[in-house]
Amino acid sequence: MSTIGSQPVIRRLLLLGPVGFTLLGLILIPLAIMGYISFLPRNLYGGVDWQADWQWHSYVQLFFQEDFDGNLELNWVYAQALLRSLAQAGGTTLLCFAFGFPVALWMTSLSERSRNLMVLLITIPFWTNLLIRNYAWLIILRENGWLAQAVNGLFPQAGGITLLYNDFAVSVGLVYSFLPFMILPIYSTLEKLDWRLVEAAYDLGATRWLALRRVILPLTMPGVVAGALLVFVPSLGAYITPALLGGGKTLMVGNLIQQQFGTARNWPLGGSLSFLLLGIMLLALILFALYSRKAAKSMHRGVGA
Amino acid sequence: MIAQHLKKLPLTRETSLLVLAYLYLPIFVLIGYSFNANRSATVWTEFSFAWYERIINNPSIQVAALNSLVVASIATVLSTSIALLAALATSRPFYGRRMVEGSINLPLLLPEIVIAVATLLLFMSLGIKLGLVTVTIAHVGFCIPFAYLPIRARLNDMDKRLLEAAGDLYANPYQVFRRVTLPLLWPAVLSGAVLAFVVSLDDFIMTFFVAGPGSTTLPVYIFSAIRAGVTPEINAISTVMLVVSIVLVVLSYWLGQRGRSKAN
Repeated sequence: MSTIGSQPVIRRLLLLGPVGFTLLGLILIPLAIMGYISFLPRNLYGGVDWQADWQWHSYVQLFFQEDFDGNLELNWVYAQALLRSLAQAGGTTLLCFAFGFPVALWMTSLSERSRNLMVLLITIPFWTNLLIRNYAWLIILRENGWLAQAVNGLFPQAGGITLLYNDFAVSVGLVYSFLPFMILPIYSTLEKLDWRLVEAAYDLGATRWLALRRVILPLTMPGVVAGALLVFVPSLGAYITPALLGGGKTLMVGNLIQQQFGTARNWPLGGSLSFLLLGIMLLALILFALYSRKAAKSMHRGVGA
Repeated sequence: MIAQHLKKLPLTRETSLLVLAYLYLPIFVLIGYSFNANRSATVWTEFSFAWYERIINNPSIQVAALNSLVVASIATVLSTSIALLAALATSRPFYGRRMVEGSINLPLLLPEIVIAVATLLLFMSLGIKLGLVTVTIAHVGFCIPFAYLPIRARLNDMDKRLLEAAGDLYANPYQVFRRVTLPLLWPAVLSGAVLAFVVSLDDFIMTFFVAGPGSTTLPVYIFSAIRAGVTPEINAISTVMLVVSIVLVVLSYWLGQRGRSKAN
């Protein structure tokens, strides 16, 4: 039995050693270095002044700028990119839910063989190159492409609609990138749904819409919330989609971070932007954890049983 | 038994077909244009392999492809070995197991752009020269969870009685692992390794930051080519990468299925 139950502490530590070492070296220490840099003043030649005292400048800079007299005034440049990212991520989450939920519902009505095929079909695009998938949308949406011509043929009075390099193109790309993350968690909770409850609702005279709203949706909420988290978090930090499909005016936080370490050469600001992004994601994760705990408790009280 | 018609809700089928079309339209458009003879990729003229010939004979693409394969192969072997050890440890209950598992999956959750920048800062502050070595090291980090998840799932489903039986027959823990656990686990290990390989092969953001000059991989090459303008060569090389990923993922899925049926 000893081989099955627990295992000696030494052996466990040896088995976990390599992964611990990798996480430490490739996640924790790099993040700590970035945190340290975000509190240093920038060096004129790019990089930072390692000898300087700690300061909050790069965090103040996120929302304020100094005028000529040294007074702080609100600076909207970074806040705008942040708000745009939040709006894009929120919109992407809603759109993924609107399209993903019906797909997950339909999948549960299929035979087991077809369900597995659908899971594979929905997973495959996720495993293909993100860059290439966004590039494909660049081809479809571009000016004088067949889609742009068709749209402008339908609405000639609009005077030349452009589909690319705007918020619309970024939405299309983000939904495309993360839709599977919404469908699969919803599908896996729907698969375990006790359909007798839905049958009971019908027996009690509920219409399909009412049964969907009052029975199916509440019972699938854990999957929906998990899916929302899995779509929202990566959308917020997206880099490739806004870089390829968005124009110069549709910057998101990810692009702003890249700029600070590239052409803008402002590492401390890049660091503080990164930590702002991580902070928002952490908040989303904490809310999710609180929700899951509450959901688990209400399950115990017998709501879902 | 619940009647299947209960599960049928209006418009779900139509939405699903629409979503499938949306998921596959870009992939097919890209593949289609890569066989288009016309230089301006918007106008279809005739079927041609011309762009594929061009990319095969392009020396920068050859170098980038070789770099991609070398990085992905080494990162796969390293990350799968690390993931296998971690999965063996976390398949047994112990205090703090959930936290350990959460940490292993951390790279999946953190925004890649932040990790990429932080990794770049690590290499720079250590004074390590950027190149294929830094790219490979960075890839190992985010490949681990992809290799870990299938192995961990397989260990979870494994019939524990087989291991007990081996123990009863006086096999020592090493023999149990070598003769029972590993053979049953092997398809899942391969499945995880294939996923790690695909993820490494396809990575752009991390590579973009930690690759120095001269260590361009295919996705980085494609990105800079797109920046310079859309060309049919990009369509052709992208199609090759898409097909490779899809074939490998289907292979991984098949390996996973085979492992499940064999062990039960």
